[in-house]
Amino acid sequence: MRFGIIVFPGSNCDSDCYHALRDVMGQDVRYVWHKESDISDVDCVVLPGGFSYGDYLRCGAIARFSPVMQSVQDFAEMGKPIIGICNGFQILTEAGLLPGALIRNRELKFICQPQYIRVEHNRSMFTNMCQDRQVLNVPIAHGEGNYVADEATLERLEANGQVIFRYCDAQGECTNEANPNGSMHNIAGIMNEKGNVLGMMPHPERVCDPILGGTDGRLIFGSIVEWAERRIANAK
Amino acid sequence: MTAKINVTLKKSIMDPQGTAVKDAALSMGFDAVDDVRIGKHIEVKIKDGVSREEAEKQVELLCQKLLANPVMENFSFEITED
Repeated sequence: MRFGIIVFPGSNCDSDCYHALRDVMGQDVRYVWHKESDISDVDCVVLPGGFSYGDYLRCGAIARFSPVMQSVQDFAEMGKPIIGICNGFQILTEAGLLPGALIRNRELKFICQPQYIRVEHNRSMFTNMCQDRQVLNVPIAHGEGNYVADEATLERLEANGQVIFRYCDAQGECTNEANPNGSMHNIAGIMNEKGNVLGMMPHPERVCDPILGGTDGRLIFGSIVEWAERRIANAK
Repeated sequence: MTAKINVTLKKSIMDPQGTAVKDAALSMGFDAVDDVRIGKHIEVKIKDGVSREEAEKQVELLCQKLLANPVMENFSFEITED
């Protein structure tokens, strides 16, 4: 399958994603410049981390108006997989593809550290290779990762199983101490209602190549590949 | 004309910056301070020849679509003659 990594001015995890997907996962990958509009050759869109447009105004606020984002909206409506990582998550919330918003970390600091996250369930195209409640070690690196949403939205996310990753400790307990940035309900990653758009603050692309200290990220990208291959097999 | 726009965080949204500034103010001895909320002030210069009505319409939309995020922010503005 072919992944398309959207590159905005200020994206800086695009090369990491490229390396993880091509060299580690063995997939076809191409960069998609934010001014492109035709992404019909791509099977999965990746919105990488970074500081698109310098985080001016609000993180992701300006990137969402890039020409490619209209195609990304259409891509989402077609039910194809989209994964937004870190700044990519912020862009997806700004674009209205995911509910809620990401504000300044509770302690105001930029946090760059290894982080345990719990897979809430494996009934998704992003987690089908994980176990329910599996604890993954996936690093975070952000200043604005504090997830907020109103009560009604949170209730809906929880009821629909859209909360897919939560910050936790090594035992998988989602305590306040294990919450690095103050996110409501310890939320580290959510999906849209259809389950084809994922936004997550942790960086799975940084834990694919074992030389970087972990391989848990492969489970997430691997799940997408698995899902796509199964779909192709079913179509035949 | 100039549109003077204020973007503020909704009451329900925690404001870590405001809390940090409040704590600093209290530690400096400003004991009258109860709470601090930080927002943005944006000034948009309107082209000559544009009617006030048109300016208001466009600024309203600009706020809704770009300058404020309705999930977490409110906005207000006034348009003044230069």
